[in-house]
Amino acid sequence: MNGLDREFLQRDRGIHPPAFTPDYKTSVLRSPRAALISLENSLSEVTGPTFGRSEIGPLDNDLILNYARDGEPIGERILVHGHVRDENGRGVPHTLVEFWQANAGGRYRHRNDRYLAPIDPNFGGCGRTITDENGYYYFRTIKPGAYPWRNFLNSWRPAHIHFSVFGSGFAQRLITQMYFEGDPLIRHDPMILGIPDPAAAVRLIAPLDLSAALPLDMLAYQFDIVLRGRQQTLFENKLQGN
Amino acid sequence: MVQPLSPRLKETPSQTAGPYVHIGLIPHQAGFDIFETNFSNVLAGPDTTGERIRIEGRVFDGADSPVRDVLVEIWQANAAGRYNHPADRQEGKPLDEGFRGWGRTGSDFETGLWHFETVKPGPVEGRKGHRPQAPHVNFWIAARGINIGLQTRLYFPDEAEANAADPVLGLIEQPNRRKTLIARREERGGGVVYVFDIRLQGQDETVFFDA
Repeated sequence: MNGLDREFLQRDRGIHPPAFTPDYKTSVLRSPRAALISLENSLSEVTGPTFGRSEIGPLDNDLILNYARDGEPIGERILVHGHVRDENGRGVPHTLVEFWQANAGGRYRHRNDRYLAPIDPNFGGCGRTITDENGYYYFRTIKPGAYPWRNFLNSWRPAHIHFSVFGSGFAQRLITQMYFEGDPLIRHDPMILGIPDPAAAVRLIAPLDLSAALPLDMLAYQFDIVLRGRQQTLFENKLQGN
Repeated sequence: MVQPLSPRLKETPSQTAGPYVHIGLIPHQAGFDIFETNFSNVLAGPDTTGERIRIEGRVFDGADSPVRDVLVEIWQANAAGRYNHPADRQEGKPLDEGFRGWGRTGSDFETGLWHFETVKPGPVEGRKGHRPQAPHVNFWIAARGINIGLQTRLYFPDEAEANAADPVLGLIEQPNRRKTLIARREERGGGVVYVFDIRLQGQDETVFFDA
């Protein structure tokens, strides 16, 4: 069973941004006021959807080619790679990782994005992959640009790639963003600053990884992702109430 | 192998899905097609066993306005009450091979409405020693302005007896708040629709779980 029926360790909310982070203005009306109800895991939480490799196309993890029309996209060619592990350090195998981003100029291919920077005709901006048996993933893309957004008058998001990860149980479901080492916009970003623990925020910043770069072709960044771990105890807790 | 008592690593912090979540997770809604196979809001295929139902609703913010850029995902057991996952070893409940039990959708950019086509789930066992759980659908929602995905559950109004005994609903101290998890049943064009509106904040705020 590989322990897939074990309950998850309680989420440490101190390393996640709370719901209400007023400097990120949209959170003000979209944050619950009542406390979350803590729930010991049942089958409904320890299980989750599984995805097969056959659902993923051969170019789905190659953003340089997966929307190429009459050439390749403009921008800084990079490899993004890393491991998906759980809090116990175990690789999370065969799990779906999805990612999306703006193009090199900070423009999203989305009907609601009206930023004046142009669309790149050869860049879609999304991809997906399934981790291997060790939890390893990689994809090839163009480094995204910063872009302005209506929060404060002069708000700019740092370059970032959005990630969506599943894990083996629905309670591990996570969406996050990866940032790039050395980006001076990071220290101004209300989304990153919403994370109460600065050491946790640093883990969203992917270091340059020259060892994985392909000479004369592309640079590389390493982004490791940690999902909730499952309890390791061999003994059931004594039940309280019903 | 000896396992450490406390976790070795810390979970990656969550960040909002942002307003353009559709690009990555529902590209067609963003305005383009890129993948050969796409995940969708239709969970029930032609061979799926069970009562066909539609689940629909809107997500409202603290100003009572519909959230029109929300991502909604559901995870549920099949009509027999079994999850399509290797950890589900409930006896006597058949697996429905063609039913993954998971779906995703985005709300309409104009109206904020979202919907799923699925089957009504059967009851699932409770934690060891607990009563069985009433039929329910697990929800996970993400959107611009939501810093960490919100977990909640939909229960069915025509399962009053099971709901009254449900161990999770029973954890919610105020009976009034339990009602926020019970969908409304409608019949429309010969089909059964369960309407489940989610209120993020304020009056009748939906119960969210830290599960």
